[in-house]
Amino acid sequence: MIGVGKAKQYSNVLDKPLSKGKQEVSLSAFSFLFSELVQYNQTQVDNIAELERRLEDAGYSVGARVLELLCHREKGNRRETRLLGILSFVHSTVWKVLFGKVADSLEKGTEHEDEYMISEKELLVNRFISIPKDMGTFNCGAFVAGIVRGVLDGAGFPAVVTAHFVPVEGQQRPRTTILIKFAEEVLRREARLG
Amino acid sequence: MPTAGPRSGDAIFANVERVNAELFTLTYGAIVRQLLTDLEEVEEVNKQLDQMGYNIGTRLIDEFLAKANISRCVDFKETAEMIAKVGFKMFLGVTASVTNWDIEGTCCNMVLEENPLVDFVELPDTCQGLYYCNVLCGVIRGALEMVSMKTEVTWVRDVLRGDDSYELQVKLLKQVPQEYPYKDDE
Repeated sequence: MIGVGKAKQYSNVLDKPLSKGKQEVSLSAFSFLFSELVQYNQTQVDNIAELERRLEDAGYSVGARVLELLCHREKGNRRETRLLGILSFVHSTVWKVLFGKVADSLEKGTEHEDEYMISEKELLVNRFISIPKDMGTFNCGAFVAGIVRGVLDGAGFPAVVTAHFVPVEGQQRPRTTILIKFAEEVLRREARLG
Repeated sequence: MPTAGPRSGDAIFANVERVNAELFTLTYGAIVRQLLTDLEEVEEVNKQLDQMGYNIGTRLIDEFLAKANISRCVDFKETAEMIAKVGFKMFLGVTASVTNWDIEGTCCNMVLEENPLVDFVELPDTCQGLYYCNVLCGVIRGALEMVSMKTEVTWVRDVLRGDDSYELQVKLLKQVPQEYPYKDDE
């Protein structure tokens, strides 16, 4: 049967070849979609903490899948076992694939041994979002915090991840910091590995 | 100075800021998952996706008109071509083709060659009634309503449901002339 070159149909999604990850959509398409995600969740909750948690949960599922995808495609299925390794993976590889650039900075917390911070001048998801004053410290970056938590959790580095605005002198919009607080077991294991 | 003609979808897409399609795909997946957990009924999820698309469409049309630099479309056929060739390209980076026009020229089908929403997606048995990409129907409906066209947009074929392509049916119900919000005597 002669037809216009249709893509070969696969009966099972797992049989389809994995895309190279070069396809793009417009930033506005993503921003519109993200705004609907936030607006929908606003109708489902009573308070800010709930809203952040729901956004974070949405991000968590993205993160878990991103980890699988990138480990297979970018790293040839090698697993990171060291703390700095996985942090560097998140800061560089994950950020580069999802947001088109490596994160602005990766720092170790000065006050606590288990804290690390990834900072970004302007998170992609926050580009077109302004937070009304009555929502206090709410940050849509909770979605990105969820992505990071999903990646870390899937890789065996459970952590509590949150997003915070950090005002910067001379800049109108504050910088966003993703704060990662690793669980006890991660630090113990890291110490054992030497 | 004569105004520049309508810009091609490719040209616009090359000029807008772009993000990785996988972030978009995975975010959409997270939305659908959230809806399925909250609403449980597949029909409700379909409706909610359409509503979200509608909300997006009503705002998206502004950006479309601003960037595409087109003057009024002469008829619905031109409108459909615009959506397929320019609209889909500039937002999703994919093209669609318009087929199956009816005699009056008010109903057509759009076939999507690629669909960035459905990468990695498979519908489980419990969700067989789900129109996973229903948001696209809402977007087209919302956008057209903002330019005075009331339409009905439905899925005719859906690969996730076992067909061999993604095909939308866009039906023009009526042209609604824009009403001024102010009464003359006020």
